[in-house]
Amino acid sequence: MGQGFFLLFAAGAVITALTVVLARNPVHSALALMACFLQISAIFVLLEAPLLAVVQIFVYVGAIMVLFLFVIMMIDVREAVLQRFVPGRNLPALVLLVLLGVEMLALVLWSSRFSAVEPVASRGGDQVRELSTTLFAEYLLPFEVASVILLAALVGAIVLARKEPG
Amino acid sequence: MVPLWWYISLAVVLFVIGAAGVLLRRNILVVLMSLELMLNSVNINFIAFGRYYDDFRGQIFAIFVIAITAAEVAVALGILVALVRNKPTLKIDDVTTMKG
Repeated sequence: MGQGFFLLFAAGAVITALTVVLARNPVHSALALMACFLQISAIFVLLEAPLLAVVQIFVYVGAIMVLFLFVIMMIDVREAVLQRFVPGRNLPALVLLVLLGVEMLALVLWSSRFSAVEPVASRGGDQVRELSTTLFAEYLLPFEVASVILLAALVGAIVLARKEPG
Repeated sequence: MVPLWWYISLAVVLFVIGAAGVLLRRNILVVLMSLELMLNSVNINFIAFGRYYDDFRGQIFAIFVIAITAAEVAVALGILVALVRNKPTLKIDDVTTMKG
């Protein structure tokens, strides 16, 4: 049953990701990306990471994509709709992408390290409690640094987007 | 149970799609969105490895990736708004002032 759900969500994620890249209108891209993030958060649930699934929905769908849609509303996107792809340098980039994908897939399929079917036996217990204990005990300094980075980004975004006085 | 390489293959496919968006599209907004897609595919890898080797560090790294991504998007969209105010364009090829 888990496999069926995984295939369903994976197919949804790939289709919406393709829509993000292929859509003509940036608003359609943004909405498709929202749908893609929802599928990925369902995959996080399948991976037994419910906290990450909720964080994914809150942060990506709730904050980041709304920010994108606000910026799309502020900027006039109509002139950018005319031409979708960068002209002229498509072929080398396509070859590079195909090489990248084939190389990564070949490495993953060739190696026996990734063929594990069953996860290592879990310790059991309350996963979210253990996760937050680890996060706030062992990784307290990185956590604080991340919050300082977020504050700096907040101030920086306000300064950058402000109208010049005068 | 789902084998580990299924998750990694899904992450590979999403990463390649995101890289295609970054390299091929000429709309700055869509390029930024494709960047988000690539970061998210890396998160799938982190969480899958953390699950299959029973290690919380995968999820902790994913939390940090999400936090840094939020900061990156805020700054990038601020730069974009300032850019569009100075030069009303969304095409990547028109923003080459700093090219050597």
